[in-house]
Amino acid sequence: MHIVVCIKQVPDAAQVKIDPKTNTLDRSSAPAILNPYDAHAVQEAVNIKRLYGGRVTVLTMGPPQAKDIIRKSLELGADAGILLSDRAFAGSDTWATSYILSQGLSELRAREPIDLILCGKQAIDGDTAQVGPGIARRLNIGQLTYIQKVESVDFVERSIIVHRRVDQGYEVIQAKLPCVVTVEKEINELQYSSLPEMMRAAQYQPLVWGVNDIHAEVNNMGLNGSPTTVRKIFSPPERTGGERLTGSIDDMANQLVNVLLEKIS
Amino acid sequence: MTVMINRSCIGCGACVQTCPEGALSLGPEGNAVVDPSKCTDCGKCVSVCPVAAMSLPPNAVQLEQPSEQVLEISEPVVVVETEQSGDKVWVFVEQTQTVIAPVTLELIGEATRLAKKLNTQVGVVLLGDQVEFLAQPLFEQGADKVYLIDHGVFNQYRTEAYFQAVCYLVRKYFPEILLMGATTMGRDLAGAVATDLGTGLTADCTQLDIDLDKKILLASRPAFGGNIMATILCERHRPQMASVRPKVMKALDPMVGRNGMLIREFIDIPESSIPKQILRVVHDQLDQINLAEAKIIVSGGRGIKDAAGFQLLQDLADVVGGVVGGSRGAVESGCIEAKRQVGQTGQTVGPTIYFAVGISGAIQHIVGMMHSETIVAINTNPDCEMMKMANYSMVGDAYAVIPKLIDAFRAALASRQTNDSGAVCSIVQEAF
Ligand SMILES: Cc1cc2nc3c(=O)[nH]c(=O)nc-3n(C[C@H](O)[C@H](O)[C@H](O)COP(=O)(O)OP(=O)(O)OC[C@H]3O[C@@H](n4cnc5c(N)ncnc54)[C@H](O)[C@@H]3O)c2cc1C
Ligand SMILES: Cc1cc2nc3c(=O)[nH]c(=O)nc-3n(C[C@H](O)[C@H](O)[C@H](O)COP(=O)(O)OP(=O)(O)OC[C@H]3O[C@@H](n4cnc5c(N)ncnc54)[C@H](O)[C@@H]3O)c2cc1C
Repeated sequence: MHIVVCIKQVPDAAQVKIDPKTNTLDRSSAPAILNPYDAHAVQEAVNIKRLYGGRVTVLTMGPPQAKDIIRKSLELGADAGILLSDRAFAGSDTWATSYILSQGLSELRAREPIDLILCGKQAIDGDTAQVGPGIARRLNIGQLTYIQKVESVDFVERSIIVHRRVDQGYEVIQAKLPCVVTVEKEINELQYSSLPEMMRAAQYQPLVWGVNDIHAEVNNMGLNGSPTTVRKIFSPPERTGGERLTGSIDDMANQLVNVLLEKIS
Repeated sequence: MTVMINRSCIGCGACVQTCPEGALSLGPEGNAVVDPSKCTDCGKCVSVCPVAAMSLPPNAVQLEQPSEQVLEISEPVVVVETEQSGDKVWVFVEQTQTVIAPVTLELIGEATRLAKKLNTQVGVVLLGDQVEFLAQPLFEQGADKVYLIDHGVFNQYRTEAYFQAVCYLVRKYFPEILLMGATTMGRDLAGAVATDLGTGLTADCTQLDIDLDKKILLASRPAFGGNIMATILCERHRPQMASVRPKVMKALDPMVGRNGMLIREFIDIPESSIPKQILRVVHDQLDQINLAEAKIIVSGGRGIKDAAGFQLLQDLADVVGGVVGGSRGAVESGCIEAKRQVGQTGQTVGPTIYFAVGISGAIQHIVGMMHSETIVAINTNPDCEMMKMANYSMVGDAYAVIPKLIDAFRAALASRQTNDSGAVCSIVQEAF
């Protein structure tokens, strides 16, 4: 059984600082981390492997430094990792990113069939949640998004049962394998890595594939191959504040009640 | 002399597209690199960089900083029909068990505004099982055409059935713009549809507009946790797709009796071709509080330090008929459940009144409640960000203020009720 997890390197949002004068972000101080949702996806793959057997490969598209998150995934228990890295990939939007990843997945599949693909619900920087569905469409397989629990996997009957979050509760869905599953953080608790895993991870050198290795068409990627373009970046409008109520607490309470009462049915 | 690029670069490519000299490109590590032989220090890239990663050498001539940083696209303009006709702005109708999601009505309202600018009309895509009766309410909300595919396979939402139907209709009728709600269903569907159609999709928009010269959609979305806004275009592909956050756009008042054109379509999607089956839907009782639809929300933050404080907020909510929400600060301090969190990683809300009590107003909280109609801030700190957001602000200790507010509202509502019933009595008497 072969499970592939797509992982992305992102800046640690908790540590991004904002320059209050220019309203821009200073990301130089923020370390690059494994996208938190993807960490749970790796953990889930490892949990499935421990229950049912198999192998876990992680796949990321990014700059050479993205090897770090492959090593982090190995610490969590993944078996192998592949980095898709090429300057032609830079500047890809989600349509192009899902193209590159699905080319990588096809190449991987040619070497070792894939039973299940896991992704995070979304990346905390781009925040679109579009890459998972994009991969599913390109590989023409089913997609299961917002998954909060994997109930069971049947690699013989080739099906999976999951809980999918919806507004008022959750759906219990049975789907055919292979399919793409995108996970919520509640799906599992991250486990501490064992010493041998940490040592193996520290030494690990992932395979690196470029455009030619995945037989990709350069016109479908990068800034020029992406259907969307960023036209403009601006700061959200500054707020100046409304009416400051004054007087004693009783006065203020009464003023507020006077202005709000008509809005309360 | 050349422009300098520091480590903050995120490789978004904005500078590459703005550079008039073609001096910038994305390097092997995904970040911007400059060709010194081409760079003229014009500084255009400096002003478009979202993360202030670019700077000019100290002695270069500094351009005047524009208030809004606009970047001209150097590519040739696209061929878009200038003669707009028909219904070129489309909205996907999100319905669950024949109940239309509020975001759909908001999007039809917004689509009507966009369609006016393009001199065209609004079409909506309605998929479902025995849902034809929903066409009339959709007309009354502003839809000019309803494209209906009624089929048992659409009884419950499943990506694989829905995306095929949407793509079929798009390929047949060529809308210019296609909008969906940025909900669990909308985001799931939009990504599949855009990939299949090979077109661009802007996620989670909070602002839409039309570039009147080029007749294209300007889709703006918060990025990096709401600290900046990015306007994204899809110039060369159609339809231009966007998912839009609920509670941001305004639905029109229903126009009773308004009519439109119903187009019944058919597509054969055999049940056996769908690779999944929904075994059951579990309604989680605990998830019933629906902040997103609440008319009044009383939210507490880290300034409310204990259960007793949140009980006060609950009492206020009970008096005014609202529900209690909170900031991540309050969730982290263990005072309320995570599902009541408002903000970027919680829910987006749009109530008539939002009370922010002991919440400082971090941007990640603001993006979740900024579209509230009236915001009331109660905080000990007169200078916190929430005070700037608020329509009404009170400086004071929540533990002292909230009990007074509860009393004042209770008294006012009680007297309103007696007045009302008094009025009813007098009418009744007149009738006698
Ligand atoms: C300000 C800004 C706004 C943007 N807005 C849009 C937009 O509206 N539409 C658009 O099409 N693009 C947009 N982009 C581009 C988009 O961020 C990139 O295409 C990015 O590579 C993927 O999108 P994401 O980060 O949203 O990933 P998501 O779709 O949120 O990621 C979901 C999952 O897909 C997998 N995944 C994502 N990226 C990778 C990767 N590189 N390697 C391996 N697995 C991965 C992970 O499992 C991840 O958890 C924007 C970029 C910027 C800078
Ligand atoms: C990636 C990311 C995502 C995030 N997502 C969210 C999100 O979805 N929602 C969210 O809310 N936050 C989110 N945050 C966290 C956010 O940045 C803030 O840390 C958080 O909103 C702060 O909560 P707070 O305002 O309750 O607490 P604080 O900032 O600590 O503010 C407490 C306020 O209470 C006031 N106060 C103190 N005592 C009293 C009193 N007795 N009476 C009245 N006022 C009093 C203080 O003056 C202060 O203004 C996110 C952060 C990150 C990095």
